Amino acid sequence: MSNVALRLDNITKVFGKIIANDSVNLTVYKGEILSLLGENGSGKTTLMNMISGIYFPDEGHIYIDDKEVVIRSPKDAFDYHVGMIHQHFKLVDVFSATENIILGLKETSRDASARVREISEKYGFDIDPDKKIYDMSVSEKQTVEIIKVLYRGADILILDEPTAVLTPQETKKLFDVLRKMRDDGKAIIIITHKLHEVMALSDRVTVLRRGENVGTVKTSETNEAELTEMMVGKKISLNIERSEPINPVTRLTVSHINCINREGVKVLDDVSFEARSGEILGIAGIAGSGQRELLEAIAGLQHIEDGSISYIDPDTGSSTELKDKTPLEIRELGVRFSFVPEDRLGMGLVGNMDIVDNMMLRSYRKGKSMFLHRKEPASLADEIIKNLEVVTPSANTPVRNLSGGNVQKVLVGREIASSPKVFMAAYPVRGLDINSSYMIYNLLNRQKESGVAVIFVGEDLDVLLELCDRILVIGSGHITGVVDGRTATKEEIGLLMTKTDGGHSDDKN
Amino acid sequence: MLETICLFINAAIIQGIPLLFGATGEIITEKSGNLNLGIPGIMYVGGISGIIGGYIYEHTAANPNAALCVLIPLLSTLLGSALMALIYSFLTITLRANQNVTGLTLTTLGIGIGNFFGGSLLSFFGESGSISLLTTASYYKASLPFADKLGLFGKTFLSFGFLAYSAIIIAIVTSFVLNRTHIGLNLRAVGENPATADAAGVNVTKYKYLSTIVGGAIAGLGGLYFVMDYTGGAWTNDGFGDRGWLAIAIVIFALWRPKLSILCSFLFGGLYIVCVYIPGLTSSSKELIKMLPYVVTIVVLVVISARKNRSNQPPAHLGLPYFREDR
Amino acid sequence: MTKTDKRAHEPLIHITKRNQIPWWKSWMIRAAAIILALVVGAIFVMLMTGYNPLQVYSAMLDGNFKSSRKFWMLLQNTSILLCISLAVTPAFKMRFWNTGAEGQVLVGALASAAMMFYVGDRLNNAVLIIVMLIASIAAGVIWAVLPAYFKAKWNTNETLFTLMMNYVAMQLVGFAIMIWVPSGSNVMGVINSKTESGWLPNVFGQKYLINILIVVAVTVLMFIYLRYSKHGYEIAVVGESENTAKYIGINVKRVIIRTMVLSGAVCGLAGFLLVSGTHHTVSKNIVGGMGFTAIMVSWLAKFNPILMVLTSGLIIFLQQGAGEIATQLALNESISDILTGIILFFIIGCEFFVHYKMNFRAKHGKD
Repeated sequence: MSNVALRLDNITKVFGKIIANDSVNLTVYKGEILSLLGENGSGKTTLMNMISGIYFPDEGHIYIDDKEVVIRSPKDAFDYHVGMIHQHFKLVDVFSATENIILGLKETSRDASARVREISEKYGFDIDPDKKIYDMSVSEKQTVEIIKVLYRGADILILDEPTAVLTPQETKKLFDVLRKMRDDGKAIIIITHKLHEVMALSDRVTVLRRGENVGTVKTSETNEAELTEMMVGKKISLNIERSEPINPVTRLTVSHINCINREGVKVLDDVSFEARSGEILGIAGIAGSGQRELLEAIAGLQHIEDGSISYIDPDTGSSTELKDKTPLEIRELGVRFSFVPEDRLGMGLVGNMDIVDNMMLRSYRKGKSMFLHRKEPASLADEIIKNLEVVTPSANTPVRNLSGGNVQKVLVGREIASSPKVFMAAYPVRGLDINSSYMIYNLLNRQKESGVAVIFVGEDLDVLLELCDRILVIGSGHITGVVDGRTATKEEIGLLMTKTDGGHSDDKN
Repeated sequence: MLETICLFINAAIIQGIPLLFGATGEIITEKSGNLNLGIPGIMYVGGISGIIGGYIYEHTAANPNAALCVLIPLLSTLLGSALMALIYSFLTITLRANQNVTGLTLTTLGIGIGNFFGGSLLSFFGESGSISLLTTASYYKASLPFADKLGLFGKTFLSFGFLAYSAIIIAIVTSFVLNRTHIGLNLRAVGENPATADAAGVNVTKYKYLSTIVGGAIAGLGGLYFVMDYTGGAWTNDGFGDRGWLAIAIVIFALWRPKLSILCSFLFGGLYIVCVYIPGLTSSSKELIKMLPYVVTIVVLVVISARKNRSNQPPAHLGLPYFREDR
Repeated sequence: MTKTDKRAHEPLIHITKRNQIPWWKSWMIRAAAIILALVVGAIFVMLMTGYNPLQVYSAMLDGNFKSSRKFWMLLQNTSILLCISLAVTPAFKMRFWNTGAEGQVLVGALASAAMMFYVGDRLNNAVLIIVMLIASIAAGVIWAVLPAYFKAKWNTNETLFTLMMNYVAMQLVGFAIMIWVPSGSNVMGVINSKTESGWLPNVFGQKYLINILIVVAVTVLMFIYLRYSKHGYEIAVVGESENTAKYIGINVKRVIIRTMVLSGAVCGLAGFLLVSGTHHTVSKNIVGGMGFTAIMVSWLAKFNPILMVLTSGLIIFLQQGAGEIATQLALNESISDILTGIILFFIIGCEFFVHYKMNFRAKHGKD
């Protein structure tokens, strides 16, 4: 067993009440590429962060070259020749490539440039060592990160979703480099959701589900369907109620919208769909596939390049164009949106304000007076505390001091109170316990029954399949499919999620 | 005419030296992400520490020895200003206090210390009159021996005491350390993106402490130069004026570059006294000319923020505290 | 669940953010800090003067309460400092670092003095005072809006911008005095000393009472504005989270500029009070660093206008008390700055213990 590069033995990591990794065992050999596959929140990144010194495991042992090691910091990890390329690059923008590479080492750029050139030549990197990071494309930045860990002598490389930000051509190039490194005897772990990349690149695949290792298979002996099943698991019955939509009519039409983020990456690519009253429309997809931008674009918080978003008024039937409008303008047009954003305390609520003042966020403008009216929000706060069973010392407690579930009840309660016609929620049950989650599902159902068009971005496929009437699947900014919530299977959605070539073709494996 | 111009240049350099010390110290500090608005106070403390050290030595030693006359005030200044910077560091880095509030308080304290001891030092020793350290100052003012023989050139450029040359050397060394050594690289990374520096194995806390203290000590030398060389060993309350703030303005004007700050210091020093050399100026227009350094600094500040040229920006993490916790 | 196992590998003291501690506990920490600061300050004074602590404190009380003049000075100085502190507060609440209050007050003072100087003998007193007030407020607003505009437009660093504006203001005052005082002595005497035009009137025979009453009114108004008005609410939201502000449709740029208009206006008012109600003249250091001290006052009071009455009073009390010690012993009066600095540092430092807790490695299992 001398060619074992890294072995994890019963690694467990707990955050609060959530078990991120539960007794995970993992082995990586020298000269192989191992894919770490799993849904969002299955614990892949957490596990790898423990090898790279970001987190420290609660239980378990790490062996490198058959010797037990203790990794407390990224520096320790470098000393054991482990290097990780994070999804969010850790680079100093105003530094050149070389400067970033030698940061923290006792070397000067002059000494370094020869070795940087040597590494670049060996693996075929095309990089200008003097170019500043802020002038670089995403793929160049990634190259700098890779050189940085190689420069520090990494023999075990971990890449967290390296292709998420790359074009197909760049991806191909990266894979060539990774293969070259493998042939060079390095051990490579790549975190990914993209099945075709797993099939194309790796030697073995380890699948994580809900923090547990559900199995390791050789890539040559498996196929995408089997991997999907391992990844999503058997369907679990949750018993979430679901009524038939009553008299659904189109309330919101999104057609052909495109959105480019600050880094210049296209995050929404020709997205079209419609949301109907009395219906819950689920949105499924790997995290970061454009869900957040989609909801923010509808809410007027995200600039879109082209396309249109129109709202159809339930009373008059007239349609209103919402593109290029600010949230305030949208509201002044009489469009009644509610939006529960993913970042509850950073966007939906103000952490340091009490529940009453947070209630006012939506309503404080009412009336011509220049003063606030705290009476209505105070009674709304009391109502929400009572009806949604919010556990809090009083309505005057800063929301920051409430637990996650109670924070969410306050936020959802406020958004419902404005009697919306379209209700959007991004990951509304993330981090919540079972009881709070069911309360949120119930609230969404009540909204649906009262004729609201509900858009629900979720990550748990079991929940999406039991709660939603229709499910929109999004992958890398494309709509990869729309399925019926009552008849679709997890495997079907899982495959659509990991599909990246876009289009609406029906190629199920 | 030529002679007047040379006199002016000479005076501009003399005025610029304290500013240069302050600016270099502030650049080193700001490169670590600490906006130390206590620098004006630190410079007062630097000056008075030198005075106290020099006074005690000059008045206790029977035959003051040249080396000690120089060394004792120098060490007192370094110690005094480093201690001030240590207070700032402890509050902002360890106790995570707000940098602006801490810095402004430090300036209040520093000016208070300077004026209090400057005004009361003699009465502690049962003397009266005003402080005058002629012997000590004479060593600080001693210029290069061959300067006199070089005529106008020597008079203009070589007639300074050793601290003036030190200021320029320190600025050049600072530039070298910041841009050419791994220490400078790590320091700049701390000011730009402490989380990245931390992940790369740089001890963020250590770098912040060291740069703030070293920066403070260097700024303190500006105060020492002022009291020993410029005023010749005398102390006047509030005599140092607003030069500390001018030093902070230079940091911006020189775009956080130590070598450029040498020229900027002399330029600002020149603007400080140019009115004396322009014949026929009314006293009111003199006040307007003194306004110039601040106005051009504001213009520079606006222009760099508007142009968003990435290499001319303040350190990205300037003024913000760093918590490792969220990692 | 605890993270005990992690401890064994961490430094001796591990610092974590506190959730919230009861209000009485946080005030106990602050009170302890002030007491500690007073002790350290007293030790310093003892070392410098040979006074015993009782003498130190009784001299301090003397400096503030011995004569009615001293007491009125305490009230008057407190009210001006309070007024400036109130001015900077809305900006700070929005996380806009207005370090330019000194300059904003100064141009306000200059504007008032200019009106007294140029049109003092042509207008009736009430009209003149109103003109002065308007001019002061306008000047303060201009000085504050410039940095705010560039902050909103290009995110120009407001700390440095406002700081530089202070010195532009000082030179402007220097310029004006040079024009107004032909002798070139660069000291402006009392303006309109004979006619007293442009002077705020004495109320109940007290010179400073009207200043104090005006500031009391501003305090109450500012309290109401910040706590009960829609503008105040928007300021709080922008300061806490710009993302939330955008989410609910607040125009952040407009709020920045509007709030700085207010901040500058109140600074201008303070300048007016300094000239019209107090000194009847103007000089480069008429504000005397209060623009900077105000930042501390506002910060210490957690941006609460009512608490600011106490914090500004504390600082003036210290300064006058230390001034008294200096006079009694023929020491330099700057000792008050040293005492102020010591006390402020203790209060600034103690906030750490309010917001963070230290976990010692030895205490296993306690979180």
